[in-house]
Amino acid sequence: MTEDVTPLLRATGLSRSFRLPRTSLFAPAALRHAVRDVSLELREGNSLGIVGESGSGKSTLARLLLALDRPDSGTVHYRGREIRPGAPRRLTWFRREVQVVLQDPMGSLDPRTTVRDIVAEPLECLRLPGGHDDRVDELLRAVGLDPSVRGRYPHEFSGGQRQRIAIARALAPGPKVLVGDEPLSALDVSVRAQILALLNDLAEAYGLTLLLVSHDIGVVRHLCTDVLVMKDGRAVEQGPAASVLADPRHPYTRRLLAAVPRLPA
Amino acid sequence: MSVPSSRVLRALLKSRSGFAGSVLVGVLVLSALVSLVWTPYDPTLARPQDSWLLPLSGGHVLGTDRLGRDELSQLLTGARSTLRTALLAAAIAAVVGLALALAAVLVPRWIGAAVVQFTDVLIAFPVLLIAMILTAVYGGSTWTAVTAIGVGAGVNVARVARAEAGRVLGTDYVLAAHAAGSGTWRTVRRHVLPNIAPTLIVQLSLVLSVAVLAEAALSYLGFGTPPPAVSWGRMLHEQQSYITARPLLVIWPGLAVVCSVLGFNLLGDGLREAADARLRVRELQEVPGA
Amino acid sequence: MSLLKITDLSVRIGGTAVVEGVSLDLAPGERLALIGESGSGKSLTALAVMGLLPDSAEVTGSIRLGGEELLGLGDRELSRLRGERMAMVFQEPMSALNPLMRIGKQLAEPLRLHRGLNRRRAAAAAVELAAQVGLPDPELVVRSWPHQLSGGQRQRVGLAMALATRPALLIADEPTTALDVTVQADMLKLLDDLVQQHGTALLFISHDLAVVAELCPRAAVLKDGRLVEEGATDTLVRSPRHSYTQRLVDAARATGWDTPEVAR
Repeated sequence: MTEDVTPLLRATGLSRSFRLPRTSLFAPAALRHAVRDVSLELREGNSLGIVGESGSGKSTLARLLLALDRPDSGTVHYRGREIRPGAPRRLTWFRREVQVVLQDPMGSLDPRTTVRDIVAEPLECLRLPGGHDDRVDELLRAVGLDPSVRGRYPHEFSGGQRQRIAIARALAPGPKVLVGDEPLSALDVSVRAQILALLNDLAEAYGLTLLLVSHDIGVVRHLCTDVLVMKDGRAVEQGPAASVLADPRHPYTRRLLAAVPRLPA
Repeated sequence: MSVPSSRVLRALLKSRSGFAGSVLVGVLVLSALVSLVWTPYDPTLARPQDSWLLPLSGGHVLGTDRLGRDELSQLLTGARSTLRTALLAAAIAAVVGLALALAAVLVPRWIGAAVVQFTDVLIAFPVLLIAMILTAVYGGSTWTAVTAIGVGAGVNVARVARAEAGRVLGTDYVLAAHAAGSGTWRTVRRHVLPNIAPTLIVQLSLVLSVAVLAEAALSYLGFGTPPPAVSWGRMLHEQQSYITARPLLVIWPGLAVVCSVLGFNLLGDGLREAADARLRVRELQEVPGA
Repeated sequence: MSLLKITDLSVRIGGTAVVEGVSLDLAPGERLALIGESGSGKSLTALAVMGLLPDSAEVTGSIRLGGEELLGLGDRELSRLRGERMAMVFQEPMSALNPLMRIGKQLAEPLRLHRGLNRRRAAAAAVELAAQVGLPDPELVVRSWPHQLSGGQRQRVGLAMALATRPALLIADEPTTALDVTVQADMLKLLDDLVQQHGTALLFISHDLAVVAELCPRAAVLKDGRLVEEGATDTLVRSPRHSYTQRLVDAARATGWDTPEVAR
């Protein structure tokens, strides 16, 4: 990885704050700074893990990077072009290349939509050519589901299966970048291992660049080449995973690492 | 949308209120339908020689009124105008409610807030009062009554629909749809509407019951469907002077109104229970994960 | 003599067997981890011990606490036992707290009920309890409402409530699953200390072997309502006898911290 390659995704000085509900009639409503001045780069073929605990702003950061939320300040560039939320038409090219898998596989699938329609959603919205039904079957097979499930509804599946459906939807437009917002944390450990292996295989098979948001530094360690540690909206440490995890500089990173439960060797 | 319908229907008929509501509403619909093709006598035909006939006399099952009009024929025909007013009002309420609700959640915040304020102010006025104001201004007609009831009930529907739509818009599947490139209208059509439909259907069945009552009240007060059309409200109005002599002539239309209102109310309750039951099944399936 | 002795416990709900023939043994002050995935019946086993299963559940077998048979006991005796001899901490601490009652009152309640303290002494003991579970500024915490506390703080309150009456048995059902890693680590440490101090026996329920490995020297693995393996946690992890245990260990290693290889 030489420094002069243009990064796939680059964020510069991103900040986003939310107005808290007013607590007093006279004082102005307080602001919560969810993300403060975060910059990052994601290079093709690398994979970045954004690690932090609840309230660290990591999910807000993911939404900003996906143009699902507008930053107060700062910019996001993809392949050198600035990305800002707005009319879906203007973002079509970006959405074809950058897709997302969300945390809760129950919540991220519409309970009144069939598997076929869920997986075909990006194909329709992003106006991709070709037979969608064949593509849906192919995607379901790729994530280890039998294509015959296409007519069923989300509540008929287990958590792990639902997450597979969500992954199939994300892969539908043939993206270059897959963003995972805590894709494993709602799952049992054994299911987590399966989905982790699936993500790893898919990343290899399709040449995906991964951006993984997680509170679980163990997961990040298995999937990511680079790490960014967030605390209270700031990036407190970032760098190659091997060096950050082996030799953490920031005390918070050290605490995070020490807190990971371990099995006896 | 298609999955649950047959299961909801079964759950509806299994619940006590759902079953009773379905039966009462069924009787109302059947009466209206029958009156289209057949009534024992012409409901508006006055036959002075047959006035004040007692039930089961002279071929009149429920007897006749002061002008010799057949009570049963009037009741059956009245069901028609009751049902028509109720359905039209519910349709208007659905359109008004959905439009206001979507306007409140989809447009920029300050306009949305204005819409919310507006609906909240309208909610403060009882449906009947709005209806009376409108008919006082524009004169009594079926359409004034229908519009007034529809708009008045619509703002109440709007409040519920707005809360539901807001909830759905905040879900992860809507976020995922946006990430998949879905535009606002597509998201509304494909995700918001199907997911607020059950709540909306329950609300509308309650609107139907309000509309039946409002229609009866308006025509009783002379603001509703003008004669010669038959309505239960006006039957009540016309017979009330003779309530001591012929109490049954007042009781029948009164009972018809009560049963119809009760029917739609019970149906609404049953639908809500049925929808809840479906949700409960889903939750139970998830429990072992806890 | 064992404190908790479960023999051939079966639970059927709506005709389906969700727990089948489970036998467990827990000595006073001992710690046992109950491991299993969603739907393995681990939580139902705990609820059966606490007598908190819904009425529709059919329970057979035997559960003895200090020699006393719990199955078939009336609600009054059960609720007395729940206050004095056994207590439970839940995954979602908010579910165990009354949102309309200040923390101090909720802590004081079991003390007045089961230890017969008067109002003033119970209030003082509540502050002491809050301090014991490591809540910062306990005087302030007892005056707060549940919604004002963070998830970790609520879980500490839940633990304080459970330990208020010095029960002989504490059942913890995934008490750290909803918490952040650093908070989880603090919570596990606290649990370790308190259980040690009071000599409380601990039944810790989790889907994650790594979480319980340090805390519980003994573990039992449940699958589809049946006990598949039981033994010393170390042995279980290093050389599992059952293929299912092996799978759990592999899964924990594959997602956790314990494999040598780093990402691609």
